[in-house]
Amino acid sequence: MAELDEVLRVDELRTYFYTQEGTVRAVDGASFAVKRGQVLGIVGESGCGKSVAAQSILRIVPPPGRIVGGQIIYHRQVAADGASNLSEMLNLTEMHPRGQEMRSIRGSEISMVFQEPMTSLDPVYTVGDQIMEAITLHQNVDRREARKRAIEMLEQVGMPRPGEIVDNYPHQLSGGMRQRVMIAIALSCHPSLLIADEPTTALDVTTEAQILDLMRNLQKQTGTAIVYITHNLGVIAEMCDDVAVMYLGKVVEQADVDSIFYDPKHPYTQALLRSIPRIGQARKRLEPIKGIVPDPYAIPQGCPFWPRCIHAMPGLCDHDQPEYVPIAPGHSVRCHLFRQEAM
Amino acid sequence: MRAKSTSANPAIQAAAPEGAAATDVGRLSLWQLMKRRFLRNRLAMAGTVMLVILYLLALLADFFAPYHYLAKSQDYVLLPPQWPRFVDAEGKFHSRPFVYGIETVLDTYNLRYMHKADPTQIYPIGFFVRGAEYKLLGLIPADIHLFGVQEPGTCYILGTDRLGQDLLARTLHGGRVSLTIGLVGVALTIMLGSALGTASGYYGGVTDTLMQRGIEILASFPQIPLWAAFAAAVPPEWSSLKRYFALSVILSLVNWTGLARQVRSKVLAYREMDYTSAARAVGASDWRIILIHMLPNALSHIIVVATLSIPGMILAETSLSFLGLGIQPPMVSWGVLLQDATNVTVIVLNPWLLIPGLFVIVAVLAFNFVGDGLRDAADPFAI
Repeated sequence: MAELDEVLRVDELRTYFYTQEGTVRAVDGASFAVKRGQVLGIVGESGCGKSVAAQSILRIVPPPGRIVGGQIIYHRQVAADGASNLSEMLNLTEMHPRGQEMRSIRGSEISMVFQEPMTSLDPVYTVGDQIMEAITLHQNVDRREARKRAIEMLEQVGMPRPGEIVDNYPHQLSGGMRQRVMIAIALSCHPSLLIADEPTTALDVTTEAQILDLMRNLQKQTGTAIVYITHNLGVIAEMCDDVAVMYLGKVVEQADVDSIFYDPKHPYTQALLRSIPRIGQARKRLEPIKGIVPDPYAIPQGCPFWPRCIHAMPGLCDHDQPEYVPIAPGHSVRCHLFRQEAM
Repeated sequence: MRAKSTSANPAIQAAAPEGAAATDVGRLSLWQLMKRRFLRNRLAMAGTVMLVILYLLALLADFFAPYHYLAKSQDYVLLPPQWPRFVDAEGKFHSRPFVYGIETVLDTYNLRYMHKADPTQIYPIGFFVRGAEYKLLGLIPADIHLFGVQEPGTCYILGTDRLGQDLLARTLHGGRVSLTIGLVGVALTIMLGSALGTASGYYGGVTDTLMQRGIEILASFPQIPLWAAFAAAVPPEWSSLKRYFALSVILSLVNWTGLARQVRSKVLAYREMDYTSAARAVGASDWRIILIHMLPNALSHIIVVATLSIPGMILAETSLSFLGLGIQPPMVSWGVLLQDATNVTVIVLNPWLLIPGLFVIVAVLAFNFVGDGLRDAADPFAI
């Protein structure tokens, strides 16, 4: 049953970058699942592989990066008539990244909103042209119809004067407006899954709140599943149904949002939550996670978190990689502390 | 720089209509901005006007010159330029310009005919007169010339060459070849350079390395011998027109490397841009990304590089024809005309044979001014 309503399952994904200085294991065993019509938040520190995981799903990892292992299963909805919910399983890792099959999925079934609205739009085309590009690439419509839909999309993302903005160039719009355009492009073909890679990081807090509101409303209206990548736990609490916590390329814990915030299991999740201030709590010093993020070229043996973990067990954590084990329905943890419980 | 910007700003404000100013702020596209900046550049505008004049002169050469460019006259060989005059030998002013008649005597010392102006014969210059028949633009039969004089007077404004052909007619006709071979060559250069440059930059890796090393080898050949080798390979029995196109292909074969490198560097930069990833994320193919997203971004750059390489092509054609490897008579080009001025004696005795060289200089300068103006206009960081 739980299998049925998934839209995407990522299983032990490994994406490595083969640089001249050595191999960077940007994603090294990430497993998570996105349920149809729900929002999955992926949270983690800078450089933990969140964005590369997102690029891997769309198969747009820039060279010298390569997917070296794992599976990305996309469940394409074939028929949805309420009673039966037929879907067909597609393994995205087996497709050619430049091939026709992958291209027809990108933008129409899985689309993406990027972090930098300032540079994600082509400066030589009007925003209308760029929304129409996505529409005409995937739908068999003429330019006039595409333009009509582009204006509708702009209206849907709350753009004032959509009939005029459609002919504007990106440099004439503010950061928040450009991000709305990016969202309009991403949603223009009614995708089943939207990947939002820190869409509000480059915006100021007021605009961020507006964009979050917009995305939540659009998610409710369209029922699109969202993978929301961020390092902001506040945004996660506000937006998401499920949360996956990543550390050094691995998903260390996935659970529903309440379990993550009120009953975190993994020591890293616990430490992460202790390191953010809370309104209403007695004033005390924030507790940072001790140590620093290891050099990506030299990830420690065993559990990558052990040098910074307060529960580290010598001889076990610094030697064996922990397994990713389910400890409750919909709650999985990658930590030796829970190995016994699972057995 | 500061003075330039302050003087230019009122012009912008004045250009926008009062009422529209409030709503039209920031509505100019990239091309409109480029156009504005270009129009403000005086040198570039002067160059543009000069080029328009040169191309018009070449296009309507038959109309502007009083004689056919191949018409020979044995009586007036190596005639010095007959300047139009307003004041005659007696100091009398004529409202209509005139030329003197020519008196030819044999110079027994140098053993050549000497042409002297004869102030007693005055031939007024007529405008829009009937003369040799020609086909306007190669289509419409006509016999009207901008100016001319009544027979038996002659009107060789720029003199004649060693066969008694009108140098003005020949220079204007030569412009047809010299001014267009650069354009044809540059069109081929743009095709070769941008296609290979984009491929090299976009695919990177082995493709890039091979192409760049190839370009380096091609660019390290000395240019003139390379041209000469190519030109020597053109079969001599080819018609003038075929030879003309062969020559433009040769020029662009040597010339495309510079443009390819510039385009490659641009594409390398655009490849890392977020909008390229964004285009890929909406499902655009490689071809689409290259043609729809990269080339238009590089277009302003390509145009500038291309414009700046036209003068090089004009000079190259001139050099090749001068060396006898390019255009062959009876087709004329500026290089062919300058072939007559290869030795000092000729230059000292008949300096007017260098006049086609002046046209080369003016055309090259004008193209350089226009190219510089375009480059400044295309620079997004210009004030």
